[in-house]
Amino acid sequence: MNEQVAESEGVQLDAAVGSVEQACQALREAFPGKVRPDEREGYEGVIVDADALVSAALLLRDELGFRYLSSVTGVDYANDGLLESVYHAYGAESGALVFKVQVDRGNPEVPSLVSVWPSANFQERESYDMYGIRYAGHPNLQRILTWEGFAGHPMRKDWREPYYEEDHKPFKTRHPDGGVFRAEDRTPFGRNVQYPPGFDPEKWEDTAQSSVYEGLMREVKEGGLQTECITINVGPQHPSTHGVLRVVVVLDGEEVVDLMPVLGYLHRNHEKIGERCTFPQIIPYTDRLDYVCSMSNGLGYVLAVEKLVGVQPPERAEYIRVIMAELTRIVNHLMAIGFLWNDVGAYFTPVIYAFNERELILDLFEMVSGSRMMCNYMRVGGVFEDLPTGWMEKAQALVFDRLPRFVDEFHRLLTENEIWRSRSMGVGILPAEQAVAMGATGPLLRASGVPYDIRRVEPYSIYDRFDFDVVVRHNADVYDRFLVRMEEMRQSLRILRQAMSQIPAGPVQTGKKNWTIKAPAGEVYHRIEAPKGELGFYLVSDGGSNPWRYHVRSTSMINLTPLAEMCRGHKVADVVVILGSIDITLGEVDR
Amino acid sequence: MYGLGILKGLSVTMKHFVNTYVDDIKWGFGKRYTPGVLPARQSAEARGVFTVQYPEEVLPPQERFRFVPFLVYEGTDEERQYRCTACGICAKACPPQCIWIVRAKDPETGKPLRRPAEFYVDIDICMNCGSCAEYCPFDALKMDHDFELADHDRAKHIYDLQQLGQPVEYYAKIRPTYYAAEQEAKAAKADRAAKAKAARREKK
Ligand code: SF4
Ligand code: SF4
Repeated sequence: MNEQVAESEGVQLDAAVGSVEQACQALREAFPGKVRPDEREGYEGVIVDADALVSAALLLRDELGFRYLSSVTGVDYANDGLLESVYHAYGAESGALVFKVQVDRGNPEVPSLVSVWPSANFQERESYDMYGIRYAGHPNLQRILTWEGFAGHPMRKDWREPYYEEDHKPFKTRHPDGGVFRAEDRTPFGRNVQYPPGFDPEKWEDTAQSSVYEGLMREVKEGGLQTECITINVGPQHPSTHGVLRVVVVLDGEEVVDLMPVLGYLHRNHEKIGERCTFPQIIPYTDRLDYVCSMSNGLGYVLAVEKLVGVQPPERAEYIRVIMAELTRIVNHLMAIGFLWNDVGAYFTPVIYAFNERELILDLFEMVSGSRMMCNYMRVGGVFEDLPTGWMEKAQALVFDRLPRFVDEFHRLLTENEIWRSRSMGVGILPAEQAVAMGATGPLLRASGVPYDIRRVEPYSIYDRFDFDVVVRHNADVYDRFLVRMEEMRQSLRILRQAMSQIPAGPVQTGKKNWTIKAPAGEVYHRIEAPKGELGFYLVSDGGSNPWRYHVRSTSMINLTPLAEMCRGHKVADVVVILGSIDITLGEVDR
Repeated sequence: MYGLGILKGLSVTMKHFVNTYVDDIKWGFGKRYTPGVLPARQSAEARGVFTVQYPEEVLPPQERFRFVPFLVYEGTDEERQYRCTACGICAKACPPQCIWIVRAKDPETGKPLRRPAEFYVDIDICMNCGSCAEYCPFDALKMDHDFELADHDRAKHIYDLQQLGQPVEYYAKIRPTYYAAEQEAKAAKADRAAKAKAARREKK
């Protein structure tokens, strides 16, 4: 397979014209008076007036080369009476250009950027859902994580959850007079239900469901047999949706006419929980995002916090982090491929073989961190503890011997299988242009011929020290995504071999670990190449020990944006295969 | 030839099938449930498919394995001397805030004492993150290895001081390296203190 994998070929994102500063300058010149630099202490980028937003975005995308919009989110500056919509755009090799729109909290309306960057679609819906910012011109501005009819916008600072105690942990009732209680005893269910004013449960009709169905395209074919489309729901408990994902599919016969993922069945408002916690207290919660890759999640988060407070972990800790992150990538790809095969119908043989190896890696995780899946291993300025005796020998036996052999064997088992090829080749095509526009990242993007890997474009931690290839394939179908993952396992092993032979001795923590730290006021966005794609953390600090805003740019959710595009025209049985090839975890989709 | 790819794949399946039995013979038929065999069968050398027949077979947890905290006490079961000083750091550090502590008070003066009167952990809320044990400055609270806590009655899942307490021998048993390191540190500290005392005495 190696000869087919070429680096730095294929469609490139257009190189950004000049640096981020120059782009900001160009924006200011093009829209005098409407674009001004964000001068708050610790903030970056520009603030754009709402009426100039769309034209500024077009300028950014078409003239300045920022063709990829990574993240869209809201922030509630309740004390200033403002809601802010924050955007992070990237060019091929540039850093992030941050631009913001500030609107009045009472009447928050911002023009939608879906027409410029379709990747904003789900993210604007999320921001609308969480903050009530209305994105004018959005094709389908509905709630996405909560249900239509939910009262209030949960991420606003004045919204309080059931069992609310205090704004920030630690709660005062725990010590020194900790009167123990169970939350559900304290807030009886009856008093926990609130109806919006004027609401009559008797007369209520569930418009949420019909609005889901109405949003879908129903096209009657010209000529031929006149047939009627049917709408079916795949999920939310369907085994091949990999969790509680619901996909509403409109079918013409067996052919998919349109489709929409309906999210939020696993929503627990991770971000609100995060804003109640101190910075280090969030780390164990990040394990529960993408529960297959807890090490990577933790890494992304602590890197963001480290950027905010300005600490540098010691050398040894950096190496340990890379080793853990790459082991996680192997675990993830093993599972992704195994379950993709389940979706095709090769029931559980590949999964069981993959799980053998995963089991051995999880043993290693348990040895260092104390838990197989919820590792909670990364710390701000280091890692939880040094590797225990015997760990390195065990890990090296795996990395140098067993796993390379296994990947070869997995290839023998799967790659040339004719049934698999006929089910996956030419299925779920996502052209490069669209992949970039829709914000696809990770193996999904690289299988579309775009050699974009954050470990290479914007190296974090110590990834600039290792030799590895960015795996690219060009057919943009399910088969290529499978091959990209296969090859990425080999590349991860390559990084692991280098890291394991170079790792120095020394401490694993800078300074003293603490359960609470103070961060200077400001904002920070940090993204990493998680196994599933780009995982970003956006933090705003007001100078206290809790984040004012904590946002996760969820890979899995944004990678679902092109699902409809990829499925149109295919048979209904292909939907599960295409979904499997995206590789999502619902813990991260719904947060 | 069409079907060659499938045959190639089936050869791998066949190999695993045979290897699973070879492993079984190697590690001994009938010895399946004996401790000691399991780690070998689960190691990187194993060639076949390894599935653990839980609950007959239970994988031994690693030393760092963590599941629900316990409080270390010295002395006997009747005369428990908890190491905990009721400083409250674990309760503050706990991310889901599932630790409740009542500090003991001197019955006469009403002054707070350095020990807990009550100590609760709601193990239904506990996410087994280990923060409490990590930040406890007195080595008074450690993470347990026992994970079979299912129960019919949820009300029993708020553990009190009695249920949380474990003798220091238990701690030494499940976390030997940590315990040894702790003892060493303590001995070194005592040694330093003794030397300092001796030095002071000499000066006088
Ligand atoms: S267990 Fe440790 S941290 Fe918690 S109150 Fe007792 S001494 Fe303090
Ligand atoms: S393990 Fe974590 S969640 Fe459980 S009591 Fe300790 S700090 Fe709290």
